[in-house]
Amino acid sequence: MPDLLLELFSEEIPARMQAKAADDLRKMVTDKLVAEGLVYDGAKAFATPRRLALTVHGIPARQPDLKDERKGPKIGAPDAAVQGFLKATGLKSLDEAKIQKDPKKGDFYVALIEKTGRPAIDVIAEILPVIVRTFPWPKSMRWGERSAKPGALQWVRPLHSIVATFGMETEDPDVVAFDVAGITAGQVTRGHRFMAPDEFGVRRFEDYEAKLFEAKVVLDPQRRKDIILADAKELAFAQGFELVEDQVLLDEVSGLVEWPVVLMGSFDQEFLSIPGEVIRATIRNNQKCFVVNDPKTGKLTNKFILVANIEASDGGKAIVAGNERVIRARLSDAKFFYDTDLKTKLEGRLPKFEQIVFHEKLGTQAERIARIERLAAEIAPLVGADVEKAKRAARLAKADLLTEVVGEFPELQGLMGKYYALAQGEDASVAAASEEHYKPQGPTDRVPSDSTSVAVALADKIDTLVGFWAIDEKPTGSKDPYALRRAALGVIRLIVDNGARASLATLADKHFRMFGSAQGLKEWNSRQVEQKCIDLLSFFADRLKVQLRDQGARHDLVDAVFALEGQDDLLMIVRRVEALGKFLDTDDGKNLLAGTKRASNILAIEEKKDKRSFDGAPDAKLFVADEEKALASAIDQVKSEASAAVAKEDFASAMTAMAKLRPAVDAFFDKVKVNDDDAKIRENRLKLLNEIRAATRAVADFSRIQ
Amino acid sequence: MMDSLPPHMRPERSFQGLILTLQRYWADYGCVILQPYDMEVGAGTFHPATTLRALGPKHWNAAYVQPSRRPKDGRYGENPNRLQHYYQFQVILKPSPPDIQDLYLKSLAAIGVDAALHDIRFVEDDWESPTLGAWGLGWECWCDGMEVSQFTYFQQVAGVECAPVAGELTYGLERLAMYVQGVDRVYDLNFNGREGAEKVTYGDVFLQAEREYSRHNFEHADTAMLFEQFKMAEGACQRYLDAGWKDGGNRKEHLMALPAYDQCIKASHVFNLLDARGVISVTERQSYILRVRELAKACGEAWIHTEAGGA
Repeated sequence: MPDLLLELFSEEIPARMQAKAADDLRKMVTDKLVAEGLVYDGAKAFATPRRLALTVHGIPARQPDLKDERKGPKIGAPDAAVQGFLKATGLKSLDEAKIQKDPKKGDFYVALIEKTGRPAIDVIAEILPVIVRTFPWPKSMRWGERSAKPGALQWVRPLHSIVATFGMETEDPDVVAFDVAGITAGQVTRGHRFMAPDEFGVRRFEDYEAKLFEAKVVLDPQRRKDIILADAKELAFAQGFELVEDQVLLDEVSGLVEWPVVLMGSFDQEFLSIPGEVIRATIRNNQKCFVVNDPKTGKLTNKFILVANIEASDGGKAIVAGNERVIRARLSDAKFFYDTDLKTKLEGRLPKFEQIVFHEKLGTQAERIARIERLAAEIAPLVGADVEKAKRAARLAKADLLTEVVGEFPELQGLMGKYYALAQGEDASVAAASEEHYKPQGPTDRVPSDSTSVAVALADKIDTLVGFWAIDEKPTGSKDPYALRRAALGVIRLIVDNGARASLATLADKHFRMFGSAQGLKEWNSRQVEQKCIDLLSFFADRLKVQLRDQGARHDLVDAVFALEGQDDLLMIVRRVEALGKFLDTDDGKNLLAGTKRASNILAIEEKKDKRSFDGAPDAKLFVADEEKALASAIDQVKSEASAAVAKEDFASAMTAMAKLRPAVDAFFDKVKVNDDDAKIRENRLKLLNEIRAATRAVADFSRIQ
Repeated sequence: MMDSLPPHMRPERSFQGLILTLQRYWADYGCVILQPYDMEVGAGTFHPATTLRALGPKHWNAAYVQPSRRPKDGRYGENPNRLQHYYQFQVILKPSPPDIQDLYLKSLAAIGVDAALHDIRFVEDDWESPTLGAWGLGWECWCDGMEVSQFTYFQQVAGVECAPVAGELTYGLERLAMYVQGVDRVYDLNFNGREGAEKVTYGDVFLQAEREYSRHNFEHADTAMLFEQFKMAEGACQRYLDAGWKDGGNRKEHLMALPAYDQCIKASHVFNLLDARGVISVTERQSYILRVRELAKACGEAWIHTEAGGA
């Protein structure tokens, strides 16, 4: 069966868009083929800086023939209906239609439409221009003379030529005849921009790929990556060093070259006095070069690896020399920045924060830092941190934002703060907090464990959350511009992973009051603060549910626990949820849950019927059945045991105590009729049921469990 | 062509030789070679020969050197690469010709950058000027890892869609000269291509100016005056635009787009000075940028109703 070869040859496609574009091209073409009844054997797409290419093999030469029956109007239907039928089916007159008998509803016309399959090449010639015109580039543009007119073709960069051939392996393929915006598909392409710029003809994928290789173009991006990685490793190894691998950089660099040539350069030893991360950021971000480690020291060496796009006439000497000069200039800048930064103490930078607005409604960075410092001091004892260290750390943690190095490389924020803090002789924990207080950044990021870092990390995140809650800038749907979900999850992980005890409501309540009239916000009364706290806590509950669900735990148990009064201690909530989960896995747990639900359901019905609730202790004198008495005493015992265990935060024991309730509940429902004819007894029994519900609330609101 | 040049005119030996070579190259292509615009601008793009001439259907090919002022980039003459005043060489081709990349590469060859010896690359760079209400797609052009030019296909300028699209090439002349002269410090560039007593360096010409303007830009620029100038330029721009519509309100023909645009340029530069002085807060900054953009857009709208900007 025939194969399709397609190449879209353009000016340089951004590296970051190439992989997805190749994938989109494959998907769009093959989806369309299938939709047209052309089921193919296989397809593969490729991208280089200057071309997208696609090969689809095993496409049928023709579409299958289609037969279709279309039901029409009844015999004698009005002319409008008949005309509509003829138009829709393409019949010339009713003589061409068949008549179908229908004794019940009356005879009607049927059109037999036979659609002969068209040659695949004609179908493809219709598909391809549409795909080119509707291609989903993240950003596309117009160019040249044609851009003066509306509806001009848009492409990622100017599109120059198209190869489209279709045919059997054994024959010369045909050109798929179409044109888009003045570009006529053909079978001519070009090689490497500098090493093989001339046009040449291609027939099918096999000779296309081979001829490109001769013309210094490695079509397959994976192959380019393999070449770069292998050559880079070897170059480093040959000198006794090792490449610092970097997948993201490798992906990018392989999209910047059609013919990778890996070269090694070096820079002055003196630059190694700059922190390795700064050297790497400089060389990687600005120059898209790899850095190299010395395995003997485990640190960077004064080498870098660059990937050129040309076999230069001098073997690459000029290219290496040029790159070395740029990297020397870049590293001089970085070293100058670093040395300059070291001349100013971190606290010396703080006054400048008074001029910098954190958020229009939340005041300056200086105000924010003061708030974080206060909160860190409050949190410190809760996480076992030294209050003075936590305050100092909080005061200095953001100072590196004003340093030259961080201005140049924002991704080094925190890390530079640590270096500068150590350089000025700060305590190691205080210095570490500069870097660690940003953590955890996401669900997989490490959670800090040093208590000073934990205190500042919590203060930083809680300040952010409380602040944005104060001004009603909460995340909605997919919009979370201030990454508040991530901050809340960070708080949860910091607390739970470190086993920290804190009343979030107390912390938040006090902190809300920090956002007072100073920021032009109205002063709130206690009720408003309380409302905001409740709202924020339920946001935490939602985040905790998501977190537990992601870990495979039952999120309904979070609701069951949060439904209890005053649950704002995340660690206790998580412990309680864990114990509850284990308990509900046991038979006792399952049956007690069933019994409690039954009690709740009955109560709900009767409460509705009587339009009253059945609060209050049952009267022991009105107990008739033994099971009633047994249940009452079991409830008393379980209540006090469970409460005592909960008070000791021993949730496992609380659950064990709960288990004792189960036989009494089961026996009660077995033997006792709740809706006794005697109204007094009935009321008393309903009160007893209410007691079951109340007793279980010592550990969780069972009615919230699904 | 290069072989016939006397040594002091050769681009790899002389800063002015490099400029003259580029002018000559683009003149040969058919560009009008303009002189710098006589106002302070942040980049060659602000020259009306680019900003305004990029709009409208008429063909336009031009090239010129534009002194560019970036008050914030001053380093008192102490940084080897950063300057608050530097030169851009600007080429604008409307519509963008199909072989514009080749034309660019040939211009590099003209100044002595051999594509067989060097690694020349087109690296993605989406260009956007919030103050000009303009954007385009293109690249940074790298030579052996150094950015030597910017290459942009204008899609929109001054809030107006470009139809047809113009191609813009901007050469960073000092960088390019440093590269071809093999110099690491901008002030060491040979300016006139002479040697010995006759040699004039970039530092001889500009080092004192860098120091003086850095002092001015960061420490002494009269902010009260500048705030006032911003308001005056903004007001004047709007008044000239209003007054320029022929026959009052029907907005069919504009007669004063260029003078109005001068005031927009003025406001933009004054804003840059205020920004360098650090007297504009983060939030205010955004609103100043928006105010300049509004002027630029109104000028663009006026321009397309003039003789050169219209159909």
